[in-house]
Amino acid sequence: MDWEYFLELLLGGLTRGSIYALIALGYTMVYGIIELINFAHGEIYMIGAFTALIVASVLNYAGMNHVAVAILAMVAAIIYSCAYGFAIEKIAYKPLRNAPRLSALISAIGMSLFLQNYVLLAQTPDFLPFPSLIPDFDFWEPYAHIISSQEIAILATTVSVMILLTVMIKFTIIGKAMRATAQDRIMAALVGVDINRVISVTFVVGSATAAIGGVLIASHVGQINFYIGFIAGIKAFVAAVLGGIGSIPGAVLGSLVLGWTESFFTGYISSDYEDVFAFLFLVLILIFRPSGILGRSETQKV
Amino acid sequence: MEPVLEVNSLTMDFGGLRAIDQLNLRVMPSEIVALIGPNGAGKTTFFNCITGIYTPSAGDIFLSVNGRRERLNGLKPNRVTQKGIARTFQNIRLFQNMTVLENVMIGRHCRTSSGILGAIFRDRRTRLEEEKVVSDSYKILEKIGLDRFVNELAMNLPYGAQRRLEIARALATEPFLLLLDEPAAGMNQKETQELDELIVNIRDTENISILLIEHDMKLVMRISDRIYVVDYGKKIARGNPLEIQRNPAVIKAYLGEDPDA
Amino acid sequence: MSGIFMNVRGELKKSFQISAWFMFLTFPILVIRVNTVENVIEWRWYNMAIVGVSTFLGSALWRYLLSVKEKSQRINAASPGNMTSFQKAFSDKRFFYPALFILIGFVISFPFLFSMYQANIMITALIYVMLGLGLNIVVGLAGLLDLGYVAFYAVGAYSYGLLNFHFGLGFWTTLPIAAILAALAGILLGYPVLRLRGDYLAIVTLGFGEIIRLVLENWGEFSHGPSGIANIPRPSLLGIDMTLTQNTIFTYFVMIGLVLFTIFVVNRLQNSRIGRAWIALREDEIACQAMGIDRTRTKLTAFALGATWAGMGGVVFAAKTTFINPASFTIWESVIILCIVVLGGMGSILGVISGALVLTLLPEYLRAFSEYRMLIFGIMLVSMMVFRPEGIIRNVRRTYTFSKE
Repeated sequence: MDWEYFLELLLGGLTRGSIYALIALGYTMVYGIIELINFAHGEIYMIGAFTALIVASVLNYAGMNHVAVAILAMVAAIIYSCAYGFAIEKIAYKPLRNAPRLSALISAIGMSLFLQNYVLLAQTPDFLPFPSLIPDFDFWEPYAHIISSQEIAILATTVSVMILLTVMIKFTIIGKAMRATAQDRIMAALVGVDINRVISVTFVVGSATAAIGGVLIASHVGQINFYIGFIAGIKAFVAAVLGGIGSIPGAVLGSLVLGWTESFFTGYISSDYEDVFAFLFLVLILIFRPSGILGRSETQKV
Repeated sequence: MEPVLEVNSLTMDFGGLRAIDQLNLRVMPSEIVALIGPNGAGKTTFFNCITGIYTPSAGDIFLSVNGRRERLNGLKPNRVTQKGIARTFQNIRLFQNMTVLENVMIGRHCRTSSGILGAIFRDRRTRLEEEKVVSDSYKILEKIGLDRFVNELAMNLPYGAQRRLEIARALATEPFLLLLDEPAAGMNQKETQELDELIVNIRDTENISILLIEHDMKLVMRISDRIYVVDYGKKIARGNPLEIQRNPAVIKAYLGEDPDA
Repeated sequence: MSGIFMNVRGELKKSFQISAWFMFLTFPILVIRVNTVENVIEWRWYNMAIVGVSTFLGSALWRYLLSVKEKSQRINAASPGNMTSFQKAFSDKRFFYPALFILIGFVISFPFLFSMYQANIMITALIYVMLGLGLNIVVGLAGLLDLGYVAFYAVGAYSYGLLNFHFGLGFWTTLPIAAILAALAGILLGYPVLRLRGDYLAIVTLGFGEIIRLVLENWGEFSHGPSGIANIPRPSLLGIDMTLTQNTIFTYFVMIGLVLFTIFVVNRLQNSRIGRAWIALREDEIACQAMGIDRTRTKLTAFALGATWAGMGGVVFAAKTTFINPASFTIWESVIILCIVVLGGMGSILGVISGALVLTLLPEYLRAFSEYRMLIFGIMLVSMMVFRPEGIIRNVRRTYTFSKE
C-alpha cells in the first residue's frame, strides 16, 4: 500500500470536509431554529466568493498590497454574505413562518433560482479565475505535495471558526437565546426572547461561515462561477444530515466523514461518479438513519 | 363478557422518561369509560400507543370483536383503525381544505375498496360504491347535526362544530371502540351539554364502546360508567363516578397534599 | 388628514431605506464587473439607479400586498361557494358552451393557421401541460415536494431512444411501455424515501434526479453518454410517409389527444376515493393514518401515477426533437415544472394548464425577456408563496346536493 498517497487522500479529505463543515453549519443552524432547509444557503456561499473576487480584483487593480487585499476581500465577502442572508430571510422566509412547510420550501427554491440567475446575468455565465489569496509559503515547500499551505490555512480557519461558534452558542446571551428558540419557539417568545432577532442572527452567522468557506474554497480551487453554490450546498446539506441536522458538532463530524469518503472513493475507485456518490450517501443515510450520527430521533407530536 | 379493549401492563418510555407505567385498562362492550388525570399524566400518550402512533415499550393491547381477540401492538395506525378503533385528536386535526362531507368520506376509505382503475373507468361497482359513500357520510353528518355544513370547508366551521366533525369522521370508519381525546375542550356549557347527549346517543344506538380523555369533570361524572385516574403514567384509582369522587388518592392528585394532614 | 399624511411619510421613509439597502446589497455584483481576460473593470452605475428606483417602488408594493393579504385572511374567502368571477363565468352554461366551441375551433385550426415554428412551440407547451398535470398529482394533490420529477421524464425519453435504437420499437409501442417503466421507476425510487418527512423528501428526490442524469452522462455503454441518442423517429401514423410539416401537425394532434387524455384521467382520479386520500394526506398525515389510510401505499400511488405522465411526456419529447442527451434533464427542468404547478394553482387542473401555457409561451413570445426567464421564475416562486400560495386559479372542492326527505 502506498502510504504517501493514502496520507494525501486523508489530508485532502480533511480539507474537503472542513470546507463542507463551514457551509453545513449554516444549514444546521437555520434548520435547528426554524426547521427549514435553506435552499439558498449554497447561493450565499457563491455570492461570498463572487464578492471576494470582485473586491480583490478592484483592489489589486488599484495596486494594493497582497495581504491587505486578501483581508479586505474576506471582510467584504463576509459583510455581503451576511447582508444577503439577512435579506433573504426577511423576504422569502419571514412572511411564511406560519405557512405550511411546503410553501416555505418552494419559496426557498425560488430564492436559490433567483440568486443564481442574478449572478449569472449581472456577472458572467463562464468560469472566472479566482486570485490565489492565500500565498504558498516557501518554508513549507518540501511538504507541499502532501498538504499545501493553502490547505493548512483552510484547516486553521475552519478550526478557529468552529471554536468561535461554539463559544458563541455556549456562552453568550444570543447563543442562549438561539438554543432556547431551537428547543421551543413559542416558549422562548413567551419568556421574552426576541424571536425575529434570533432568527436574523442565525442567518447572519450561518452566512458568515458560508462566506469564509466560499472564499477559502474558491482560492483553493482557483475558479468560480454562478453554479458553484448548488453542488457545494447539496454536499454540505448531505453532511449536515449525515451528522444529524440541527446539531453543530454533528455538522462538523458529518462533513469530515463525507470529505473522507469522497476523497478515498475518488482516490481509489473512480472519479466519474463523485457527485453521484454524495447523493447516494444522502439517500442511504436518510433511509437507514434519518436522525444522523449525532441527531436525536424525533417523536411525532400529536 | 369479554372486554372490547384489554390493555395489560402497558409501558411507554421516551428515552429516560417513563410516560406510561404498567397501566392496565379494560373497556367492556357498550361501556363509556373515562380516563382522567392531571396534565402530562400520559393520557394522550396512552391513546397514541393504542392507535399505533407509538409502539409501546412493553405490555399488551388486545381488541376483541365478535369473539375474535387480536393483539394490536406494533400495528400501523391505519391497520388499527381497520380493526375497529377510531379516534379524535386533542388539538383538532381536520382536513382543513376539504369540505365537511369529504372529511367524513375520508373516514369511509378503509371500508371501501375501489382502486385506480375503478377511478379512471368509473365502472358500475365504483359508481355504486361512491354513491353509497356519499349517502352514508351524509347520514352520519345528519346524525351528528352537521348536515347544514356539508359543503363548507372544514376550516370555516365554528369551533364546536369542528370538534363534532372529528367525531363524525371517526364514526365513519365504523369503529367498535371510539377514543375521544378531550372532546369538550374549549366548548361552552351548551355545546358541552349537546356533546354529552351525542356521546351517550352514539353508545346507545351504535353499540360502540367509548374511551374518553376529558378535563370537564361534570361531563365525565354525568356520562361515564367507569373512570380510570392516572398520574405520572400510573393508575392511581379506578371505579364508578361516585367512588372516584370520594377516593382520597384522586383528591390528592388533583388538589395536592391534603391540607389537614 | 394629518394622520394620512404621516402615514405616507412613514411609507416613503421605509421605501427609501429599503431602496438604499438594496443599492448597497447589489453594489458589488450589479455595478462592478471584472473582465479577467483584459484586466479591466467595468463600472455600471446605471444598474444602481435601476435597483434604487425599482426597489423603492417594489418595496411599497410588497408592503401593500402583504397588508391586503392580512386583511383578506381575516375574511377568509376560501369556502367552495366563493368562486372567482372567472370560475363563475366558466360554470355559467350560456357562457361556457360558446367559449368551449371557440376554443375547440382554435385548437383544431392552430397548426394550419400558424407557422410550423409556432406549432412546434405549442407542442412543447403541451408537453409541459402534461408534465405539469402529472407533477400536480404528486405536489398539488398529495403534497409531496418532488424535485426529481425530471428523472421520470428522462426515463420516458431514454426508453424511447434506447428501445428504438436497439429493438427498433416505434412511438406507439413505446408510449405505454415508457409509461409503465416510469411508473415502476417511481415505485422503485419512491419506496425507500416516502416515509421521510417532507423537506427530506424534497432533497432526496432532487438527489435521485441528479443521480439519473449523472448516470446517463457517465455510463456511455448504456446511454451513449453526453453525446446522446440521435435520429429518433418522429411519431408515425400507420406507416404513412409524412413530410416534416405533416409530421409536426400530426405530433401536435397527438399531443392534444394526450393532454385531453391526461385531463380526463387526472380529473377522475382527483374526484375518487384515491384522490381524496391524497388530499387528506397532504392536509394532515397523522389524521389521515388515523382514518385508516395506508400512508406509504397512498404516497406510492401518487408518485407512480405522477411519474407515468412524465414518462409519456418524455417519449413525445424524444420523438419531437429526434435527439436526446442528458443535458435536457437537469434539476432546473424539474424546477420549471414545479413553477407551472405553483403558478397555476396546486391541485387545480385548469390552473396547471394555464400555468404551463403562460410559463412556456410567454418566454417564447417575449424574446427580450427570455434570458431573464429563470430569474423571473425565481421571483415568481417566492412571491406566489408569500402572496397567493393557492396559485392563480384556486382549486375548488366539489360540492354535493342532497334532497331533504
